[in-house]
Amino acid sequence: MINKIVQTMADAMAGIKDGSTVLIGGFGAVGQPNALIDGLIEQGATNLTVACNNAGVGHVGLARLMELGRVARIICSFPRSSDPVVFETLYRAGKIALEIVPQGTLAERMRAAGAGVPAFFTATGVGTKMAVGKEHREIDGRTYILEKSLPGDVALVEAWEADRWGNLTFKEAGRNFNPVMAMAGTLTIVQTQHVRALGEINPDHVVTPGIFVDRVVHVPYGDPSGF
Amino acid sequence: MAETDTAALKPFSRPQMAARVAQDIPEGWYVNLGIGIPTAVADYVPLEREVIFHSENGVLGMGPAPEKDKIQPWLINAGKQYVTLRAGGSFCHHADSFAMIRGGHLDLCVLGAFQVAENGDIANWATSENDTAPAVGGAMDLAAGAKRLWVLMDHTTKDGTPKLVHHCSYPLTAVGAVKRVYTNLAVLDVTERGFVVIDMAPGLTFEALQARTEAKLHTAS
Repeated sequence: MINKIVQTMADAMAGIKDGSTVLIGGFGAVGQPNALIDGLIEQGATNLTVACNNAGVGHVGLARLMELGRVARIICSFPRSSDPVVFETLYRAGKIALEIVPQGTLAERMRAAGAGVPAFFTATGVGTKMAVGKEHREIDGRTYILEKSLPGDVALVEAWEADRWGNLTFKEAGRNFNPVMAMAGTLTIVQTQHVRALGEINPDHVVTPGIFVDRVVHVPYGDPSGF
Repeated sequence: MAETDTAALKPFSRPQMAARVAQDIPEGWYVNLGIGIPTAVADYVPLEREVIFHSENGVLGMGPAPEKDKIQPWLINAGKQYVTLRAGGSFCHHADSFAMIRGGHLDLCVLGAFQVAENGDIANWATSENDTAPAVGGAMDLAAGAKRLWVLMDHTTKDGTPKLVHHCSYPLTAVGAVKRVYTNLAVLDVTERGFVVIDMAPGLTFEALQARTEAKLHTAS
């Protein structure tokens, strides 16, 4: 019997190595897998590269992981937030490397990774500092730059519903990067608000099929807050 | 500039600027409104004129802000404000949301900007090459991907420095992307000739507008 549901956070986090690239879902607080981030803090892996749209708020979650010195490099589109104090302090002190990526390029790089596409051409960023050092090519009269895929050793994802095969649904704007990161992660770990029996989720409503998911942990925390 | 030029000048207010953009959006367009002043444009499109607003965090068919007792905590826009979903609206993940943008499916994007150049270059994400923490978000995708890009911004900075320029001095967001600019002083199309003035604030002369603009202005005819 396939059962991807694990009973403890330690089981969910088992085997994450130092130096891993970790993809973290969410857009602001909505759809952000905070319990898994806390689990990663507890688990202890360090020298991490983190890809996440934002760079943490206040001193909790991703900000705390960074404050503890566990993140060597962050890949994001928008490191600002209502309280980006931890990121800005580390960044000014030269203690964290930053790779700024246009938000659509960030999403597409991970989708490409999940789909086995090693690189792709895009018009986004042409003529800007994002294009510096990248291969340019003219295709049918328009100039594009080459962007590489962004695979994760680990993806941390928040879902609304999950079953023991790892089929997932999402809640409203909580979907955001989560399905894309689930595809791009070698080890995809999901926290879900609701656990459903196999077959209970309407197959027409499954957004992320279980093939992209490795572990599921039940975290019924309620509604997001704090951006 | 001559004082007589400013005596009768009535710049467009923020609501007037937003309403003017809204008035120019036809029914049926798919539209992304940038964070900041452009967000207000939606307030001036009547619900019966069906314009479909997109938010890059995966919301298509976004409606107005909810009343306080009807907030849906999982339903936010790209500015991380609570919004509503209209009947017919839908959610998608980030790669699909940006496929709508980068695949040329949006009819219009309206962004704010620091500078717009006469060839349509836009600078709207950083004011220095050495920004302490540069944050680009979806601006480069929107500017390069939407079918047309309009900019909504003040005509000059607070100290009077022109924002319509020959060449952007700030880091670029996209090259040659802007098609129209709405400011508190004028509405201008970006054409092969450069900026063409199609409307001006009451009490403003073409010469007075030119005096507040670095780039050369052209009349419509």
